[in-house]
Amino acid sequence: MSVNRDQRVDLEVVANLIPPQSRVLDVGSGDGSLLELLQDTKQVDGRGLELSQRGVNECVARGLSVIQGDADKDLEFYPDKGFDFVVLSQTLQATRNPKLVLDELLRIGNRAIVSFPNFGHWRVRLSLFIQGRMPVTKDLPYSWYDTPNIHFCTIRDFVNLCDELGATVEKATALDANGQKIGLSMPWWFWNFFGQQAVFLLKR
Amino acid sequence: MAVLRARKTNNEADQPSSPVLRFGSDKPLKLDAGTLLSPFQIAYQTYGTLNDARSNAILVCHALTGDQHVASTNPVTGKPGWWEVLIGPGKIIDTNRFFVICSNVIGGCLGSTGPASTNPATGKPYGLDLPIITIRDMVRAQQMLIDHFGVEKLFCVLGGSMGGMQVLEWASSYPERVFSALPIATGARHSSQNIAFHEVGRQAVMADPDWHGGKYFEHGKRPEKGLAVARMAAHITYLSEAALHRKFGRNLQDREALTFGFDADFQIESYLRHQGMTFVDRFDANSYLYMTRSMDYFDLAADHGGRLADAFAGTRTRFCLVSFTSDWLFPTEESRSIVHALNAAGASVSFVEIETDRGHDAFLLDEPELFAAINGFIGSAARARGLSA
Repeated sequence: MSVNRDQRVDLEVVANLIPPQSRVLDVGSGDGSLLELLQDTKQVDGRGLELSQRGVNECVARGLSVIQGDADKDLEFYPDKGFDFVVLSQTLQATRNPKLVLDELLRIGNRAIVSFPNFGHWRVRLSLFIQGRMPVTKDLPYSWYDTPNIHFCTIRDFVNLCDELGATVEKATALDANGQKIGLSMPWWFWNFFGQQAVFLLKR
Repeated sequence: MAVLRARKTNNEADQPSSPVLRFGSDKPLKLDAGTLLSPFQIAYQTYGTLNDARSNAILVCHALTGDQHVASTNPVTGKPGWWEVLIGPGKIIDTNRFFVICSNVIGGCLGSTGPASTNPATGKPYGLDLPIITIRDMVRAQQMLIDHFGVEKLFCVLGGSMGGMQVLEWASSYPERVFSALPIATGARHSSQNIAFHEVGRQAVMADPDWHGGKYFEHGKRPEKGLAVARMAAHITYLSEAALHRKFGRNLQDREALTFGFDADFQIESYLRHQGMTFVDRFDANSYLYMTRSMDYFDLAADHGGRLADAFAGTRTRFCLVSFTSDWLFPTEESRSIVHALNAAGASVSFVEIETDRGHDAFLLDEPELFAAINGFIGSAARARGLSA
């Protein structure tokens, strides 16, 4: 688990992007909340990949189809376009090689959905600017020395990476501190400043 | 007592106390060795009731020295069934809900045709005249048994170790007949180290002068010493160093000091000797040779051009794999490579690794996390299959 579980407001946003009966791979499926939500509300054919063995065992005990594995190492075993959607929610920043992982997501899924905490959010900027300290927020409750989140990015950084990988952004959503969607008409800089989390729907 | 039990094992080979399905010359068993086995028989046990839709049947595949008595008293040992912790009325695999089938494998010694069975051509036990039996041969025979029950598609096939190999073979050879598959503590092939251990066991049996080239029954003997040594060596591989240390340490057996001799000074020695001695009472030595060989020969990827994923191409079976952290016979990596192959085949697969120091044998023991995983997997598969709770 790389972010505070109570704050997973992004899950519903992700779920809303997925049509019923899709084939879905949830990379970093955690305790299985998203898979369960998708199975209950969208009757998807859902699979999960999760690093923590405890998370996996709990998921399987709840009847979810989940395996233990590492997004950095185990995505290569999946066939091209084997899924309609591959979801990476709140996990990108914890991977060793985010670029490679994103590339794999785009290979395995017809579409990739990626959600991540925005390091360009004003609170983060403020913490560094005023206090001169690495930010600890309710979304990102770890200190710098014990955080599993090793590759933070801002919304703008992520958009650049998508460009580099030749991925088209089909839809993007930024959520503010209260989990509310920020208006669609706002420019990137506004999202990058006020968005606490971002959810991207990508295709290549 | 031992002699009595030995005789009982022998009788069980031809006239088992289980129900038996006999196949005449019109229905031979095609063997991988290139010959036909005919006539032959399968001894089995069932528990629960097959529903009208014939959709609630579960096939349990037994391990190397297991048998069909999975959830009822073993007629030879008088002990409870080998998986009664898991299977029975109200248990995780609830026989009030499911129809559970377990058969003795071909090559076994508890009623299905094996080396201790009478060869109709000679009127004597087959001994080494029985062709080598493979995992696929066992599964082919089980498939004929399932036909007999009129079951088109098994709800689940499960088993550990050699039983797990049969599960994988079922899912690969008859994917349309397996709704869900639960291979536990197993591998898609036997490793070099595992073949090595088996060879030690076989050589121990063959080195016993009472083995008589496999014709011991004709000499009124049984290679008990050799088979006991084989079991002792194998038994170590079913445990783990941590568990052995926890259970026995360097504790002495019924004595205050070392005796400066070759008695069983240590508890672990006494324990292993006991394991060896009780084993020969219930198992046929030649059958042990055949069973170990079947595992050695198992290599599912090799049967599919070297690519394991091809063994499961297009499968719609739901899989759940289980491994144990301290299992050094079938380490987690063996299961993981099956999982990777299943991923590549686009299969629905769950995989849990369970933290325990009890080694390979953990699958036979009361392991709450194992039961939770099986319960979750069976439960969701049953919902998908439309089986009511």
